[in-house]
Amino acid sequence: MTTSAASRPPLPSLLKRLFNQETFLAWLFLLPSLIGFITFYAVPGVRGLYISFTDWDMLSDPKFIGVDNYVDMFQDKQFWRSLQVTFYYVILNIPLQTVLAIGLAVMMDRVTKSNIIRGLFIMPWLLPPVIVALIWLWMLDPTLGFINNLFQFLGFGRQPFLGSPDQAMPSIALINIWQYTGYTALLFFAGLQTIPKSLYEAAAIDGASERRIFWSITLPLLRPVLVFVLVTTIIGSFQIFDTIAVTTGGGPIDATRVITWYIFEFAFQRFQMGYATAVSVVLFLILIVATILQMRILRADESDLA
Amino acid sequence: MSSSTAATPQTYTRQRHINWGKLLSWAVIILALIIILFPFWWVVRTSLSTQREMLANPESLAPVGFTTINYARVLGQVDTATAVAAGGSGQQINFWLFLRNSTIVTVLIVVGQTFFSALAAYAFARLKFPFRDKLFFVYLTGLMVPAIVTLIPNYLLIRDLEWDNTYMGIIAPTFLMSPFAVFFLRQFFLGINKELEEAASLDGASKFGIFWRIIIPMSGPPLATLAILTFVTTWNTYLWPFLVGKDESVRVLTVALAIFRSQTPQGAPDWTGLMAATIISMIPTLILFMLLGRRVVNNIQFSGFK
Repeated sequence: MTTSAASRPPLPSLLKRLFNQETFLAWLFLLPSLIGFITFYAVPGVRGLYISFTDWDMLSDPKFIGVDNYVDMFQDKQFWRSLQVTFYYVILNIPLQTVLAIGLAVMMDRVTKSNIIRGLFIMPWLLPPVIVALIWLWMLDPTLGFINNLFQFLGFGRQPFLGSPDQAMPSIALINIWQYTGYTALLFFAGLQTIPKSLYEAAAIDGASERRIFWSITLPLLRPVLVFVLVTTIIGSFQIFDTIAVTTGGGPIDATRVITWYIFEFAFQRFQMGYATAVSVVLFLILIVATILQMRILRADESDLA
Repeated sequence: MSSSTAATPQTYTRQRHINWGKLLSWAVIILALIIILFPFWWVVRTSLSTQREMLANPESLAPVGFTTINYARVLGQVDTATAVAAGGSGQQINFWLFLRNSTIVTVLIVVGQTFFSALAAYAFARLKFPFRDKLFFVYLTGLMVPAIVTLIPNYLLIRDLEWDNTYMGIIAPTFLMSPFAVFFLRQFFLGINKELEEAASLDGASKFGIFWRIIIPMSGPPLATLAILTFVTTWNTYLWPFLVGKDESVRVLTVALAIFRSQTPQGAPDWTGLMAATIISMIPTLILFMLLGRRVVNNIQFSGFK
């Protein structure tokens, strides 16, 4: 049997493998998803790259212009400004959200495993960002908003929040922290459950302080979850759109015109598809670099438990 | 270091310390719950207030001039004159229609994406065919491409197909698969014991028979988890349906809410109506959450380990 298989010429064997029943069935199983993947992931990816090298207003045919869009982009002050605004948002959002979430998770871990409390924590995460933005637009309203009434009551005076160039971005960051901190805390909480209790007992016997235990045991062993959380939340933050679309529309002036809003304006308000696609390609590259950097810095593939 | 004389006072201080720690933990958790839950109450309170009286008394924590007319006018139950008198824009808004559209779009995507992704995942997990692992790797790269990169080409494709402002256009990109769904289900299918399938195969069951009668019934929990995640994502998404489905006949809730917010009758948005609309839009998610909250919470633990 082995001899006959070995002596068979390779081409018919490949054909036979391609057309045997199981292979045929497998392709049948795959067909719908393959159509979806090719049509809405693979082809658009390649087509997007091509469009980024063209000048196209959607009325006439696209004109190939080489790297002109990229050259224009790097010379456009507004492009750099939108990058700066995006980074500012990420820096306002991520560290505070992550620290709050770890703190909440550690405290929950100490006193309660209640499903109800955890359920309430993720309620904001379940809502559409559009609704969360509407709720906070109302909460932060300059004249009638609850927060301004509270501020006045406490003697802080009324604040413009989303209406001021200085406060708009911090306000949007706080809105998103409200929406996602509970969810992130649950991820850390789940991570805490994987740390062996024996480690804490050993540390307690050695007389280690709570602070020492947190820095030497809890935090290092949370690293796999930390990597997951940071990579996903940072990628998400770079693409913030819905909140800005509902609250500020990129304003006041350009204080919240993040990179996705910049792309949106060029694509769907000025109809410069080539230029808009080029910016999205650059955003994609930034995300790849950010992800690789994080994986390196946080040594994502190693575990302290092993 | 740890002499027996030092042990007693140390245990004593530790005891006190933990009690304070627990108290502090509860205080922080309760504060976090108040911050998370209060905005929900503020939305309810606003939606049940009379517009004019609320403007005169913005600080009240309870509804001002209790009324349900905001819900009635948002659902198109009162005539235009009454709606305008209650603070509406006077435009015909019918949330029943948008609720129906959101439901149709979400149900189609949840059913289609889950079913077709399960077929593909089964082929990747259990069937043998050439280039299987290479193809799976290609699918995985789809996980890493941010939505904004494929957004513009996908929009152009839907426009070329003249599917804009149809349900088909809104559901097309996510109906046949999502890389995450295939990845998630393949992981689960790989873990199912092969013996059952082999026994069924000996009894003459076809591959599809095995998939439909054995694999699917055994995969209730992961399929439900995936369906919930897909439901929440689809129900909440804004940018894609905004780009391809602005027409009233197919407009979904998130898009309707953003448009509703921008209709500003007397300078300021129609807050009481907007908050009533917000509550109506939240209801399906909240019902699902109450029925399946425990699963959602557990699912978060699952994805944390990913």
